[in-house]
Amino acid sequence: MSTATIAGVPVELDGEGFMTDATQWTREIAEAIASENGIDPLTEKHWQVIDFCRADNEAKGTPPTVRRITKGTGISTKEVYALFPKGPGILASKVSGLPKPKGCI
Amino acid sequence: MSTLTEQQTMPEVEQEVTRKVAIICSKGSLDMAYPGLIMANAARMMGMDAMIFFTFWGLDVVTKSKVEHLHAEMLGNPSSPMPHAVMGLPGMEALATMMMKKKMENLDIPDIPELLEILDEAGAEMYSCQLAMEMFDVAQDDLVPQVRESLTAMDFWEKAEGAQVVFI
Repeated sequence: MSTATIAGVPVELDGEGFMTDATQWTREIAEAIASENGIDPLTEKHWQVIDFCRADNEAKGTPPTVRRITKGTGISTKEVYALFPKGPGILASKVSGLPKPKGCI
Repeated sequence: MSTLTEQQTMPEVEQEVTRKVAIICSKGSLDMAYPGLIMANAARMMGMDAMIFFTFWGLDVVTKSKVEHLHAEMLGNPSSPMPHAVMGLPGMEALATMMMKKKMENLDIPDIPELLEILDEAGAEMYSCQLAMEMFDVAQDDLVPQVRESLTAMDFWEKAEGAQVVFI
């Protein structure tokens, strides 16, 4: 666990770079994490995924897997992968300021 | 030599290496199909390259006429929840298959045909084994569309260069 300053905000990160406190997250932080992972700029579709991830995490207490994201947003698997080419299973959560998803599918 | 000078003055470029996994699916039962497909999907979810090679009985997993009827095989499985004498009775395999499918559905795990579609959309590459196809008289048209081409064993090793290989 470490503290880092992202988009001017001090945040807690775990060993793999996931934020440990979702309440510290801001939309500017999402943009900074995304850009660091090769996604720049965040499009409307990205925000649709991010908003779903945060809402689902709030409701279920755990971040959604890729399957839940596609079912919940109606965005196809193919498109979700195009939005997060380096791995939507990890990046959607990371950009949304959530922990690493626990599901396998 | 100009190349030497270039090498000396070239700044060190940090190269990002994409991890890669090549999974060989050689079994055609439901309980042997899921592990390979789920591992490949998980690899794609975290940004790794993934390829799957279906060979021998694994061809059943991608054969149109069989993909929807894979069975959970408990005979010969030391982890079978029931004694083999019982599992061998008529109807027991169907029961085990039904129970496994039900359990998967409850966990929101897609069935095999849908999982193959997801893998394809996720960018996992799927290949069939040419030799196994000849052995079992299977044509490319008999396979699900997500399998793009058939490979020889040597083609497989070329495509799998740099990959971690998993045999199931």
